[in-house]
Amino acid sequence: MFVNRKAPYGTIYAWESLEVVLIAAAFEQDVSMAFLDDGVYQLKKGHNTKGIEVKAFEKTFGALEDYDVTKIYVDQESLSERGLTTDDLALPSRCSPVPILAS
Amino acid sequence: MKFAILVNEGPYTHQASDTAFQFAKAVLAKGHEIFRIFFYHDGVNNATRLTTPPQDDRNIVNRWSKLAEEHNLDMVVCVAAAQRRGIVDEGEMKRNGKDATNLAPGFRISGLGQLIEAGIQADRLVVFGD
Repeated sequence: MFVNRKAPYGTIYAWESLEVVLIAAAFEQDVSMAFLDDGVYQLKKGHNTKGIEVKAFEKTFGALEDYDVTKIYVDQESLSERGLTTDDLALPSRCSPVPILAS
Repeated sequence: MKFAILVNEGPYTHQASDTAFQFAKAVLAKGHEIFRIFFYHDGVNNATRLTTPPQDDRNIVNRWSKLAEEHNLDMVVCVAAAQRRGIVDEGEMKRNGKDATNLAPGFRISGLGQLIEAGIQADRLVVFGD
């Protein structure tokens, strides 16, 4: 279970964590991902990073499907707190919004 | 018990690498085994031998090297994270046309597969960082 709590940009945690997830999946591990706190922004549709000159990695999330990573959990409360719904997310069919206890 | 340790933060800015070091020492003192210590994110900065902290401060990098030598530890630095942050060994220097190396003794540069393997092989993978 990989826990994602950071916004997609601003720090490199999100991007380098996604790299670990893909490697773990390539090693045929049983991978699941949880998104909570600002981590829910990683799944938001329409990343535009032109202004900050950082590579947008929204498309790389699409690779998850190729690696059979389908257990993706999104914290409902974190979404609500940020005014987001599952319609705002890039992987709606495979995201299950569930309450996750954020410590 | 067989432990693997993941260090995700650089030295001095963050407590994580200090705590990871103390944890590693305690694990060994209790007679447990450390399968591997893996350095990722800014954690790769624990592996530059060019750090020169003030004399009255701890030398985090040398401390890792010494521990590795004493206990024959496998300390691995993620290659992609290292390339981004300028952590270079002989092989990387040649491959990327650089003019210097800075990898401290006891560390080696390798891929994320080493982290995944550590997670599989160890009884517990303990993560230090945010």
